[in-house]
Amino acid sequence: MEKKLPTIEIIEKYCKGCHICVEFCPTKVLEMQGFVAAVKNLEACIKCMQCELRCPDFAIKVTP
Amino acid sequence: MAFDYDKYLRPNKLPHIWCPGCGHGIVMKGLIRAIDTLGLEKNNTAIVSGIGCASRLPGYLDFCTLHTAHGRAAAFATGIKMAKPEMNVILVGGDGDGTAIGGNHFIHACRRNINMTYIIMNNNIYGMTGGQFSPCTPTGAKASTTTYGNPDPAFDIAKLAIGAGATFVARGTAYHANQIDKLIVEAVQHKGFSVVEILDDCPTTYGRRNKFKSVIEMMNRLKEVTVPIKAAEKMSPEQLQGKILTGVLFKEERPEYTAEYAKVIERSKGAK
Repeated sequence: MEKKLPTIEIIEKYCKGCHICVEFCPTKVLEMQGFVAAVKNLEACIKCMQCELRCPDFAIKVTP
Repeated sequence: MAFDYDKYLRPNKLPHIWCPGCGHGIVMKGLIRAIDTLGLEKNNTAIVSGIGCASRLPGYLDFCTLHTAHGRAAAFATGIKMAKPEMNVILVGGDGDGTAIGGNHFIHACRRNINMTYIIMNNNIYGMTGGQFSPCTPTGAKASTTTYGNPDPAFDIAKLAIGAGATFVARGTAYHANQIDKLIVEAVQHKGFSVVEILDDCPTTYGRRNKFKSVIEMMNRLKEVTVPIKAAEKMSPEQLQGKILTGVLFKEERPEYTAEYAKVIERSKGAK
């Protein structure tokens, strides 16, 4: 059965580039692209929601 | 589904004013999740703050909010609670606002045991005004007004609240984000004055003066220096040296102030 991928929405105008989501993602799904965070490897996402929970700027929305 | 924070936020207020990596945003999210769990009504909930970075929080939330004078959140909130005892009152503020300028109001709100919840975001410094040392700046730490190290010992907000008579005291950190809402839920449900101290980070004015290379280092420090109170029971005093306890630290039942005051009103009606 094919694995259902989550959607990770990053609202770029809210992101302040603090690196919290990138550093605390246990499977390194996110990376910094210039000033803002971006999704690098969506397949690795385990839907732990830590990036959404820890983002201080309301910039990440994960829909599992 | 992703949690819908927008339901509780005022439209067009984001992005907020807090610096990159500031933990206040994490605490605000925790508060929103707690309010959602509790099912508090927007028109029956007042969020009160003083002045400071943390005190900007009510401006973003779509509830009855009050942004008062520096340190006076507890005084204004007491007024709301006395006039409308059925209202849910939540106070938010920083360590300087709560324990220095508002220290007196804070201890007396604790003593009265009035049914409110005070969330204190402790980032060890006055962030908004340029990084002056606060009563919660650790000994030896550098601030813009203690460039050779702070000689003062720091307040332990939880112990201060317990000593002053608060009946529910808990402590969390911005690192342990999923614990914040659980502590706030328990605090709001408690009948009496409840204090929730959240250890926070201020990368802009505290971190850069105290050799923290990044926000991540500050967040990891919050993880390293704290121990959950249940784990601490099994640890030796040597292991607990320099550690800060988190979780629900104190809870007791005591007569609540608005209920006691209602009895005074009843008694006065019978007097001649």
